[in-house]
Amino acid sequence: MDSTPQPPQGSPSRSRRPRRLAALIALPLTALLLSGCTVPSFGAKKSDTVTGRSTYQLWQGFSIAAAVIGGFVILLIVIAVIRFRAKGATIPRQSQYHLPLEIAYTIIPIVMVFVLFGYTVVVENKVVAEPATPYQVSINAFQWGWKFSYPGTNALIVGHTNQNPMMLIPVGVPVHYTLTSTDANHGFYVRDFNFSRLAIPGIKNEFSFQAIDTGTFNGQCTELCGLYHSLMYFRVKVVTLPEFLAWEKKFDTPAGAAAAQAANLVVEQETSSIIPTKPTGTTGTKI
Amino acid sequence: MSEHVDTLTHDDHASHEHHGATGILNWLTTTDHKIIGMSYTITSVVMMLIGGALAEVIRIQLTTPTGSLVTFSQYNQLFTMHGSVMIYLFAGPFAFGALANIIVPLQIGAPDMAFPRLNALSYWLYLTGSLTMLAGFFTTGGAANFGWVGYAPMTDSVNAPGVGTDLWIGALLLTGFSAIFTGVNLVATIYYLRAPGMTLFRMPIFTWNLLVTAILILLAFPVLTAGLIMLFCDRHFSTHIYTVVGGGSPVLWQNIFWFWGHPEVYILALPFFGMVTEIIPVFSRKPVFGYKGMIFATLSIAALSLGVWAHHMFTTGVVLLPFFSIMSLLIAVPTGIKIFNWIGTMWGGQIWFSTAMLMSIGFVITFLIGGLTGIYLASPPLDFFTHDTYFVVAHFHSVVMALVLGAMAGLYYWAPKMTGYLLDERLGKIQFWLLFIGTQVFTFPQYIVGLNGMPRRMALYPNSPEWQTLNVWSSIGALMIGISTLVFAINCFYSWKRTPAGDNPWDAHTLEWFTTSPPPHHNYYRLPKIRSERPTWDYNHPDKPALVHGHNHDGESS
Amino acid sequence: MKNEGRILLGLGLFFLIMFGFYWPLSHEQSGSTMMFFAVLLGFLPGGYYYWWSRRMKPRPEDSDDADMAESAGFIESFPGSSIFPFTLGMGAWMSVMAMIFGIWLAIPALSLIVWALLGATAEARRGGHH
Repeated sequence: MDSTPQPPQGSPSRSRRPRRLAALIALPLTALLLSGCTVPSFGAKKSDTVTGRSTYQLWQGFSIAAAVIGGFVILLIVIAVIRFRAKGATIPRQSQYHLPLEIAYTIIPIVMVFVLFGYTVVVENKVVAEPATPYQVSINAFQWGWKFSYPGTNALIVGHTNQNPMMLIPVGVPVHYTLTSTDANHGFYVRDFNFSRLAIPGIKNEFSFQAIDTGTFNGQCTELCGLYHSLMYFRVKVVTLPEFLAWEKKFDTPAGAAAAQAANLVVEQETSSIIPTKPTGTTGTKI
Repeated sequence: MSEHVDTLTHDDHASHEHHGATGILNWLTTTDHKIIGMSYTITSVVMMLIGGALAEVIRIQLTTPTGSLVTFSQYNQLFTMHGSVMIYLFAGPFAFGALANIIVPLQIGAPDMAFPRLNALSYWLYLTGSLTMLAGFFTTGGAANFGWVGYAPMTDSVNAPGVGTDLWIGALLLTGFSAIFTGVNLVATIYYLRAPGMTLFRMPIFTWNLLVTAILILLAFPVLTAGLIMLFCDRHFSTHIYTVVGGGSPVLWQNIFWFWGHPEVYILALPFFGMVTEIIPVFSRKPVFGYKGMIFATLSIAALSLGVWAHHMFTTGVVLLPFFSIMSLLIAVPTGIKIFNWIGTMWGGQIWFSTAMLMSIGFVITFLIGGLTGIYLASPPLDFFTHDTYFVVAHFHSVVMALVLGAMAGLYYWAPKMTGYLLDERLGKIQFWLLFIGTQVFTFPQYIVGLNGMPRRMALYPNSPEWQTLNVWSSIGALMIGISTLVFAINCFYSWKRTPAGDNPWDAHTLEWFTTSPPPHHNYYRLPKIRSERPTWDYNHPDKPALVHGHNHDGESS
Repeated sequence: MKNEGRILLGLGLFFLIMFGFYWPLSHEQSGSTMMFFAVLLGFLPGGYYYWWSRRMKPRPEDSDDADMAESAGFIESFPGSSIFPFTLGMGAWMSVMAMIFGIWLAIPALSLIVWALLGATAEARRGGHH
């Protein structure tokens, strides 16, 4: 069978196409308008921290811009592909430039980029701000677990992999965090706070956020750190300020400290042939 | 027609039969850019198959939250080698070694590259580098297992003591020099070996993009080579460049790596942009829209790409966030110019949906999606919660799968010129739909699961079984991509020596379609007059020149 | 030749402007150093091409209405086949293996490299096979 490529011969009339296309565009637009005025989340989470909420709104703004531009460009491609299909062997008008149009689609994206950048800077300044606060947490990442200590108190939680160590923080007040690592690069990532920061040996990273609601939130290491990187879990529990202060006091006695530590670790329930029951990570003395 | 064609007089040997070494010795001693380019093509496609096989194992492992197909150690090797093989051994060499070597001299009317023996050396360094990297799998400690980016301190002698790491470093030194020599060759060829009348602004966009790619290679690859040598010294000569003990800095590796790494992704992308910019005009039967705008966009991308590297490091806490944010956002603008120009080329044309054209349109759509998700990542607050999650993995896989679509477009388009035979169009269309739809099925679940919190480089996800459905969908997409590759392999075997192509089966525009398929030794028996960026089109369709200021050359408006 | 120079000079100038913002704002040493050398990579060869373009005779490939006959004659010696790229490649690969597996491998490695360099030079002087 002859499979030499040939340009296609003939096609149906084009007069009904524009009307069909208009219908195709009108339908989703109407649906959008009728859906009410809430802006969709576009996949992100509203977040339980003040700065996380600003980040969430920035995400929504970027997503609207991306959806509009992406939708417009894909629409152009679809129209071009349908409308300008070859009819016979005619050679079309050999146009090759249109300066005003080209300048327009250079300048307009540049303006859009600066607008996006402006909003970015505003939110970024909020996220990296470190207001003065008496509540401090020191986070130390190690292969393959987390150590949470509270300077000025005796509170200390240390756990690895499936023990899923849990740190407590108070709601409604800014808390200041110091993030360090003793061995490899690790990533401190809490999805519900719309935030992550790397723990790099030799660097002390500092950041701050303020929780809005109480609850328990999952965190995980996001930077490849070796064998059990996939299991470097931790949790953040947001409690009221009186609860938090009471909990900190528990660590003042050895028995209280042991009990509080144990309460914040998980005994591994689920087993699998390759999840180790006793992983070889330690509290980190490697450099 | 003799007034349009001048016979080359300088090469008396053009019509000789090739005599001398035959068989394997012929291949070992060749300096012909076409044979070297074919060698690059075959080797890099084999690397793509190896990288793809590694990917399929990863995707099978991730179909359940507690998969036990591989151990933790094997999984770390899997994704490291998948990324390393795909980027260092497939995408790069295919982009600037395979089709570039074959097509660039043809497109400018040159008999060969400027330094043919250096060209051959580049290939041998690439081949030995590839085998060296893969040899890591056969060592006791296993292959490299610290991610294709090899962040310190995971690469130091404590965390990665095995010889697999040293083989990885050695392989990158070899392939790095291979790339640098190719960069030198491309610049020299394009600057010094163009045919008369082929001014810089009449060169095809593919050649333009390769010129800029070559300059980027010369800017970026030496940086990586230096960084790797420093890493090797840290591992074996007790220096403390990247280790905290002794006053070094792990972040220094990240700065050096990404100063290379970001230009690298444009080194990968620009040649495929160029391929697509050759194909879309041919199958729309119009000149490329906005030729000078395309060149401006390419140069802008190259210039900006050297100032964005730390957007890979936003979460380290030690980079100047606003600077890298604005530069990264700005790179979207020239890419947008290119996309609008491709649409402008199709607009008003007579589009013929050959496999090459379908693959090119698939490239544009997929790259658009990948590019738009990249804009999120250029904003530090948004990067903070997407960094190192599957959102990033989905972003760059959208972009590189677009490059794969572009590679297929280039192969279907230029296979007739390189081999003298056409690839089957029906199998090609099947491959296209599997590849294009498979790519979207593969990437979209990953965007979602990344936003749901799944980090990257996870061997298991036992605490989050709710991620399983999305992972399974992504694996189905990966399977579709794998099947499309099988279809491609079948097509290659099916089409072998089946349908002769002739000089110009696509009625294409640029100079390489003027010569025979495949071209003779030293490429051209005769060349047409070169008076525009479409010398072959002008020769075949003297009545249909490109419009100048809305008129054709005779002053008639249309 | 002028445009070839201009491309590199233009890139170098852009890098210089970028450096002018980046270094004062960040005082970050590694990136600033790499950016500065990128400036040099644009200016040095670019400057050379631009300077040379003013002194050289116009070339047929830079002229809008040149004919093929204008480039008649000898262009370059293109060695048709040569074992030395393969030899040099093997020598380079073996040097890398020497770094990894033992310095004794440097002996065959350097032998191959020296043979390849000498041979390739001699081959170039002879004009190469065709």
